[in-house]
Amino acid sequence: MSLLDTPLWEVIKGSFAPEIWQRLKPAIGETLYMVTLSSIIMLVLGLFLGILLTVTNPDGLIPMKILYTGSGWVINCLRSLPQMIMIILMIPVARLFFGKSYGVNACIIAIAASCIPMYARLVESSLLEIAKGKVEAARSIGSTNIQIIFRILIPETAPSLIRGFTVAVIAVISMTALAGMFGAGGIGDIAVRFGYQRFQHDVLFATVYILIILVQLVQWIGNFASKQILKKRNLI
Amino acid sequence: MMDAYIQISDLHKTYHTHNGSLNVLKGINLTVHKGEIFGIIGFSGAGKSTLARCINRLEVPDSGSIRVGGVDILSLSKKELLLERRKIGMIFQTFNLFEAKTVYRNIAYPLEISRVPQNEIRRRVLETAELVGLMDKLNAYPGGLSGGQKQRVGIARALVSNPDLLLSDEATSALDPQTTLQILDLLKQINRTTGITILMITHELDAIRYTCDRMAVLEDGQIIETGSVRDIFNNPLSRTGSIFARVYTEFQRASEENGSGI
Ligand SMILES: Nc1ncnc2c1ncn2[C@@H]1O[C@H](COP(=O)(O)OP(=O)(O)OP(=O)(O)O)[C@@H](O)[C@H]1O
Ligand SMILES: [Mg+2]
Repeated sequence: MSLLDTPLWEVIKGSFAPEIWQRLKPAIGETLYMVTLSSIIMLVLGLFLGILLTVTNPDGLIPMKILYTGSGWVINCLRSLPQMIMIILMIPVARLFFGKSYGVNACIIAIAASCIPMYARLVESSLLEIAKGKVEAARSIGSTNIQIIFRILIPETAPSLIRGFTVAVIAVISMTALAGMFGAGGIGDIAVRFGYQRFQHDVLFATVYILIILVQLVQWIGNFASKQILKKRNLI
Repeated sequence: MMDAYIQISDLHKTYHTHNGSLNVLKGINLTVHKGEIFGIIGFSGAGKSTLARCINRLEVPDSGSIRVGGVDILSLSKKELLLERRKIGMIFQTFNLFEAKTVYRNIAYPLEISRVPQNEIRRRVLETAELVGLMDKLNAYPGGLSGGQKQRVGIARALVSNPDLLLSDEATSALDPQTTLQILDLLKQINRTTGITILMITHELDAIRYTCDRMAVLEDGQIIETGSVRDIFNNPLSRTGSIFARVYTEFQRASEENGSGI
């Protein structure tokens, strides 16, 4: 169904047709797979980079000016690239890893490369929120730097870290949809092939519903988790 | 003659900031005896916190020497310093509790990082919680406690590894008079029963007068008066000492007139 020859209402009704959803099923699976895997990679590397930025800060636990400035510069460079250019840039990199420059796994590299730097900055700003006195107390007790990072810094800022991760996962979802244009499969691929190339707007609408639900769900889970922790700690 | 437990000589500390350098400690000489409660008083910005933070080397002084129980703090290696810090407890004006941990885990933290066995941790935590009166709050989070209770957690966390020295930096300054009195009583009681040496930094004369044996007056980075609390109150030699003493007597007269009294 196309909006060119069908009224909006009919297209909307049509977008709930079982055949469409049957066709979307594997795409949803692919998208969830890409989002999950990219998010896990982003979580691990983003946390690592964010911690690195925080502790090597001139006012941080282990001031290391060169590493701090260097990693900050690299992150800023990566962040200044629009997502689409990042995907194009990552095509040769993906070929190096997988021997082919398209497909789900190749796009995960592009998504990670684009979202890790952003998440690293979010982690950094969360970790910097910690009250200086807590770190001071941990130091006065004789904690090593590793103990301060993993037993104080991360648990104390967990609600804020979770909110940051939520924002980042939503960015991953939107990037996954974009990557669909470059052969990554998933919902974005369907939207482009049917919605854009064949004017099947009922299919396009269905992909929009899925993306909205996905983002809402992630946001809701993130808010809920962060709020539960604050509640448990009697902070709200 | 009592042992000199803390011995500080000719301690200097300068902070370098973007708008020039700030000479905060200008040759501090100080001796604190084992088992006494020693007060340090001074106006805001005098360098009291900086001095306390030099003792466990949270801040590295430029020159001078600090000995605590015979250990030369400034010559310790990084590893030795971590072990030494575990023998020096510290409590703070803002409590600085770990909000992600229950009261139990806050108190247990110093033992957990020293790899003490679980059953030993449990025994020590319960013992310390009993001492500071927190037995009914062990599963609570600091966020749900009153100021006085928070400071009790702070004290328990500082005491759980049986330190020989407790550094108290304005530990009661955020508390109301009644709670202050309770905390000071607790510190006195702990000092009596365990013989721990307490260095109490404050700008509240009352707290010093109520708790300390001897005291020093810190003004503009220098110790300008040292002696027994009674002597300094009755015959303050220094300007800060006399200002504090005068403010104190006026304050007391006023509060007596109002019938409130502290
Ligand atoms: N990390 C720092 N960097 C630069 N200047 C500092 C730093 N810490 C303290 N200072 C400065 O050193 C001086 C002494 O500070 P300190 O905290 O020791 O004073 P204090 O006697 O404890 O005061 P208060 O009663 O307000 O706590 C102040 O002028 C303060 O601004
Ligand atoms: Mg201070």
